Amino acid sequence: MQAFVTRRLLALLPTLIFASLIVFVSMRLIPGDVIDLMLAQNDLSTDHDRAAIEAALGLDQPMHVQYFRWIGGVLEGDLGRSLWQNTPVTEQLAATLPITFELGFLALIVALTVALPIGVYSALKQDTLGDYAARSFSLVMLAIPSFWLGTLVMVFPSVWWRWSPALEYTPFLEDPLQNLAHMIVPAILLGLSLSALTMRMTRTMMLEVLRQDYIRTARAKGLSETLVVARHALRNGLIPVVTLIGLQAPLLIGGAVILEQIFVVPGMGLLLLEAVFQRDYPVISGVFLVVGFGVLVINLLVDLSYGWLDPKVRHQ
Amino acid sequence: MTALLEVADLTVTFRTDGGLVRAVDSVSLSVEAGETLALVGESGSGKSVTALSILGLIAPGRIEQGRIGFAGEDLTALDEAALRAIRGDRIAMIFQEPMSSLNPVLTIGKQVAEPIWLHRRMAWREAYAQAAELLRKVAIPDAEARLDDYPHQFSGGMRQRVMIAMALACRPQLIIADEPTTALDVTVQAQILALLKGLTQEANAALLLITHDLGVVARYADRVAVMYGGRIVESGPAAALYRAPMHPYTEGLMRSVPRLDGFASERLPAIPGQPPDLAKLPPGCAFAPRCPHVHDACVAAAPPLHALDASRSVACHRHG
Ligand SMILES: Nc1ncnc2c1ncn2[C@@H]1O[C@H](COP(=O)(O)OP(=O)(O)OP(=O)(O)O)[C@@H](O)[C@H]1O
Ligand SMILES: [Mg+2]
Repeated sequence: MQAFVTRRLLALLPTLIFASLIVFVSMRLIPGDVIDLMLAQNDLSTDHDRAAIEAALGLDQPMHVQYFRWIGGVLEGDLGRSLWQNTPVTEQLAATLPITFELGFLALIVALTVALPIGVYSALKQDTLGDYAARSFSLVMLAIPSFWLGTLVMVFPSVWWRWSPALEYTPFLEDPLQNLAHMIVPAILLGLSLSALTMRMTRTMMLEVLRQDYIRTARAKGLSETLVVARHALRNGLIPVVTLIGLQAPLLIGGAVILEQIFVVPGMGLLLLEAVFQRDYPVISGVFLVVGFGVLVINLLVDLSYGWLDPKVRHQ
Repeated sequence: MTALLEVADLTVTFRTDGGLVRAVDSVSLSVEAGETLALVGESGSGKSVTALSILGLIAPGRIEQGRIGFAGEDLTALDEAALRAIRGDRIAMIFQEPMSSLNPVLTIGKQVAEPIWLHRRMAWREAYAQAAELLRKVAIPDAEARLDDYPHQFSGGMRQRVMIAMALACRPQLIIADEPTTALDVTVQAQILALLKGLTQEANAALLLITHDLGVVARYADRVAVMYGGRIVESGPAAALYRAPMHPYTEGLMRSVPRLDGFASERLPAIPGQPPDLAKLPPGCAFAPRCPHVHDACVAAAPPLHALDASRSVACHRHG
């Protein structure tokens, strides 16, 4: 078990390094560079100033030298410093990651509490009005981008009822209720967009499982339909759903970036957005490294959960 | 004395794209307490549908008419809750596919103990102890240790033993075994059938044994009912029916039974022709298109099941 996890984590290393290379290069290829921005902001424009800043930031080196210097630092746990704030990137990540993690976690809870019961209900009541309603809802959630929903939630209540969602961030440890009051709206929006596919998958898998022979065996024992579903169908149906949730992890993170911007949540998404506008290369690379690592870890967790859900996997 | 199970004039239909399918058509059969009745017929003749309708598990099919008397009650008149109380407790069922009939994510112990937990309202721990006892009874080696194993750790034959243990769990009065050995190796088939027969006798339970193999019938059944196209075409004591089959279909089935004395384990040629399409049954005898003795009366009208004496009936114009 431990060996398995270690092996998997080591296997992640090349993937992460390759991904970081792509981010590193592509950031430097997009038009507009950090020196221009800095010069403009400080009303400087001479070539002398430019060279001085480049040298100070280490951007005068050839790109591959910059990359190897950076990756060398990464392996020692040093992600460099922000070009603008001059604070260590690790510090900025440490401050923002827990916030984004909280948003993602809340969204996942929302997604599962919406998707699983409705998906199961939809399967049990196949082709009834309730089923159609649930499927239409999931189609709508799939089609509507969460930034649009987010904007609606911001604008309409304030126009109609002079109410708008809280936009002031309070750290969870300072005042949990205040914190949740702020986080819950983006978490619900993110969770709903995540629930759409999960709900459809749950419905499809439950329909598939309910046709299986062992379900007939369970019924022949005299179990009530509730027990048949809860004890015999659900776990079998959930195995593929867990994979889907893992596959949606990047979607979750992408959605968080947008919703953090709309709801002023000072998480990693907001950090990334600002860094991109300012061409703050080390911060961007740092965020992507963490995101990439996060996605891979989620997939590892998904694989591990198979062992728990599916005894066949456990015994291999 | 009335029989333990008394199915009378049972008709079950399915709505399909090809029209209304009469999977079971006016079927009557009875099983006495402690007796073994074999229900024989080709694939698609309605054996499983008959069995499942006894348990009330034929959705999306519908019981159009008929009575299913069990120990003095009419099962077709019971509501779902009352049927659930009977399923797995007084009537248990064993299915054809041991590979897919057990839940892959639950332990064997849990699945065998479940009916005891459910119907006897026993704590899981005690139910597990009984499950171990049941597994020993069906001759699973090292039963206690195997309670925590999962179905994929068992062979097909062992899984069918588990199914038998599960069926016996609540000491049912009636066990329905739907082709319990069709999916197994020939060598394992005999062992499983002998085990099933022995244990049902020991528990003094009645057995409704569904099969398409008349060879099985000769050895294990007291009486036989032969089904064709959703109807019973012949019924009678196993020995008499085996010695002198009356319906041409039964004769055909007998010819396709492999000889018990020879080495020939391969099946002999079956009856030529195809089983009927139940959505488009002809007005006459369903077997007429394949019957070597067919004549005009057979095509004009279906022969009713006709009692020859107290124990034998046949639905054929030759014996009308
Ligand atoms: N769920 C269903 N929907 C529609 N038709 C069905 C359904 N179940 C059974 N039938 C019809 O009932 C007929 C009899 O089926 P049944 O399963 O009872 O046959 P069987 O005698 O058990 O055959 P086998 O030896 O293959 O198990 C089938 O040919 C089919 O046309
Ligand atoms: Mg069948």
